[in-house]
Formats: sequence, C-alpha cells, structure tokens
Amino acid sequence: MHIHIHMHIHIHMHIHAPAGIPASHGSPGSCCSPCPAGPSGSCCPCPAGPERAGSPSRRAYGGIPQLRDAGGGAAGSPSRCITAPRARRAPVTPGATTAPRARGGLNRAGRRMGVAPLPLPRKVAPARMEELPVVVLLLLLLSLLLVPLVFLLKRRRDRRTPPFSLLVVAGSGGHTTEILRLLSCLSESYSPRHYVLADSDKMSEAKIRSFEQKRAETFSESQFSLERIPRSREVRQSWSSSVVTTLYSMLYSLPLTYKLKPDLILCNGPGTCVPVCLSAFLLGLLQIKRTIIVYVESICRVETLSLSGKILYYFSDYFIVQWPDLKKKYPKSVYLGRIV
Amino acid sequence: MKSVFVTVGTTSFEELIATARSPPALQALQSRGYQKLVLQVGRGSLPQPSRCSALAVEAFRFKDSLAEDLQSADLVISHAGAGSCLETLEKGKPLIVVINDKLMDNHQLELAKQLHRDGCVLYCDCSTLVETLQSMDLSALKPFPPGQPEKFASFLDKVLGLQ
Repeated sequence: MHIHIHMHIHIHMHIHAPAGIPASHGSPGSCCSPCPAGPSGSCCPCPAGPERAGSPSRRAYGGIPQLRDAGGGAAGSPSRCITAPRARRAPVTPGATTAPRARGGLNRAGRRMGVAPLPLPRKVAPARMEELPVVVLLLLLLSLLLVPLVFLLKRRRDRRTPPFSLLVVAGSGGHTTEILRLLSCLSESYSPRHYVLADSDKMSEAKIRSFEQKRAETFSESQFSLERIPRSREVRQSWSSSVVTTLYSMLYSLPLTYKLKPDLILCNGPGTCVPVCLSAFLLGLLQIKRTIIVYVESICRVETLSLSGKILYYFSDYFIVQWPDLKKKYPKSVYLGRIV
Repeated sequence: MKSVFVTVGTTSFEELIATARSPPALQALQSRGYQKLVLQVGRGSLPQPSRCSALAVEAFRFKDSLAEDLQSADLVISHAGAGSCLETLEKGKPLIVVINDKLMDNHQLELAKQLHRDGCVLYCDCSTLVETLQSMDLSALKPFPPGQPEKFASFLDKVLGLQ
C-alpha cells in the first residue's frame, strides 16, 4: 500500500504596515527601499502603482537607489514599493502621490492585493500588529488566573504539631521587657525560641539570658538562640532613610528566616520586626514556610498604632492590641485586655 | 532616708536629668522631706555626684536590673517608657511620668495620659515638673492592676490547637 501525499502550499502574504511605521529597507517583502518620504513616512503600499510611467515599479525589489532622487515629480512619485510584477494598480488620489509620506499615508486599498506568491522568506507573522498588545494582555490575564490556582493545588495541609519553634523579635528597652512578659506564661510546647536582636542593641541580651535562665529552672528542655541583624531604623530616623535601612536589614532577615523556618513569629513593635515579618511573609507566599505572624502592639499604644503596627496590621496573622480604643479603630485586631 | 529615683530607661533624656538636678526641683523635694536623689541617666551625660542643698545626689548610667533602686525609692520620676512605668507601678511606688516632647510623634504621651486617666500616675513635662513636685498629692494615686500574660498564652494555645 503506497500512500502518496502531495501538498501544495500557497502562501499569500498580506502585509499591513500601520500608518507611520516605516518598514525595513531593501528587504524582500518590504515596501520601502529606501523610503523616499523620509524616515517618518510610511511606505506601503505603493500608491503610484507599478504601471506608472517611469516608476521604479519594474525594478527588482531590494534596493532601488534611483528612488532616492525621486523626490517628487511625476515619475518620482513616492513609489517605494517593492513591487512585484503583476501588482495591481492601487487606486490613488491625485494629490497623494506627491505628498510626503507622513502618517496615514496608506491609501484606501492598503494592501497589495492579488500578489502572486513570492519566493520570500517568511518574515512577518500574519497577525496584525494592532492585535499584538491585546494578545499579550490576554496571555497576562490568563497567567494571572493560573498562578493562584497552581498555588491552591499545591497547598500542603500544614499539620502543626508541637513543639513549635518561635522567632521572637527583641527591640530596645521596653519592647524587650514587654515581649519577655508575653513569653512568661508560654508552655514548653514553644521551643526552641530564637531571639532576633538589632546589632546595636546592648541591653536586650542580658535580659533575655536572665529570662531563659529562669525558664530553664522550670523546663529542662528549654532551648533558645540569639541572632543579630542590622537595626532597621534608629529612633528619630527619617522615613525615607528608614526604607533604605529596612531593605538592608532584609538582606539579613531573609536568609535568617529561611534558615530558622519558625512556626511562629512574635513581635511587639520595634523597627527590627518589619524586615523579619516581611521576610516570613515572603517565604509564605513562595510556599517555602508558612509562619504564623503574631504582632502584639506595645502597651504604650493606647490610641494610635506604631509605624511597625501600621505596616504589619496587613501582614500579620494575628494583630493584638491592649487598649479598647485601638480595637475600635482597627477592627481586625484582637483585644485581650492588658497582657503585659 | 526618703529617696527619689529618676529613671530614663535605655534612652537619653538630658532635659529631665537637668531639671531634676536644678535648684528649684531640689528645693521642692527637700521641702517634701526627701533626702536623696538617685539619677539613672541612660545614654545621657553623667553628672558628678554632689551634695547640693542638703540632698545627696547620685548618678549612674545603667544596671542590669533597676529592681533594687525602684524598691528602695519612695518616689519615682520616670520617662514614659513602658518598661519603666510598668515596673514601677507593679512595685506599688508613686510615679510621676515625664513626657519627652522631642521624641518622634511623642507616642509616649498616650500611655502617660491613659495611666493618668486611670488615676495611677501623675504626669507632666520637663517645664512643669517642678510645679508638679510642689503640688503633688501622692496618696491620691490608685494601685495599678497587673497585666495578664496568661491570657496571651491561652490565646496562642488556641490558635495553635493546643487547647
């Protein structure tokens, strides 16, 4: 059994150059070679038509030097078309040919119709150039829809079992005192505790060590560590420089959070907590580790939130306030009364 | 010996230290029967110990724990830091909170105001400290109920499914 397949492929190319877009020069299939109207002119189609007397239409395509001085005049109509034999004469309005090819120089026909298949390499896709942005947009939208779907499907059911590792952000002064109080009643299920301190913090380490020492008296399995990162913002530092220093701190907090992969982050407002929490949030988005971020606003904050609080209100899983006024202003927060 | 303890926590609060050491302040304290003034200056400049106008003045920067100094004080004058305030109130000591109006958005004022509203502290700023010392009535101060960290622990346990 013999099967013979004969295929005849005719490629008809309709090249539409939108007004104002110069086609390439001298290349097969393009209209202008070069474009006598100048770089701003549009080249296609050939308005004069190939049959025009003296027109360069009979010339072979690709490089028509004579066109350069055909700047006007009857013969020199801006016929920059790479014409092929048997090109149909395109309808032309009288004045159009001598006018410089500016935008909108396309004539009504706008196409080279009825062109016989040219032995041209396929250079231009048949899509309209106007349609390209729409296609790109559709692809973008589609991918946007697909991405969350992928994440949903990949979502692991994080079955959390004790012990839970804890990352505690220790700030300067009262922040550390407060956070240690918060930790004071936690059971032994919260271990190990990794304390993250700003490198310029001198006081917190002593307080933490004495707290852990006391804890070790009750819970034998007590484990803790101390980590240092650059301070993300000094007291009274300007807003704009704070962004820079916070980003710098993230260069440290991101690998640190990645290394520790805590189950829980606890912080209460010092600038140090912003890069740490954002790092954990990022790791959660990337499905590397889903950390529960717990933010407890300092007891100092009665009516307004700290800057860290205002930022982390949107990034934390649980946002705890200690005064009823704040609960009213920030309804998504949790109010447990005074807890330090 | 009745003593006054001035604390600025881990901050620097030059104005408070200067005001507390000023002759009018010392006079006001003396007239109330105080004989010793202890200044914890934090990151600020350390004044020389001296004996001006019948009050013994001591100063230091930091200690690992201020518990002892707070315990032995009869009056505490503090910046509005949470740690300082809470530690003092938990020891049941009379407290005058002094606001540092050079701080960013002066959030410390909120806590001082609230504690004052609850009747637990007296509060003022450096310019009105002397006045406060002269007119204070410490017996009118109410005790400050402690916070309950066990509520926080219980909340976390619920969140993590331990309860």
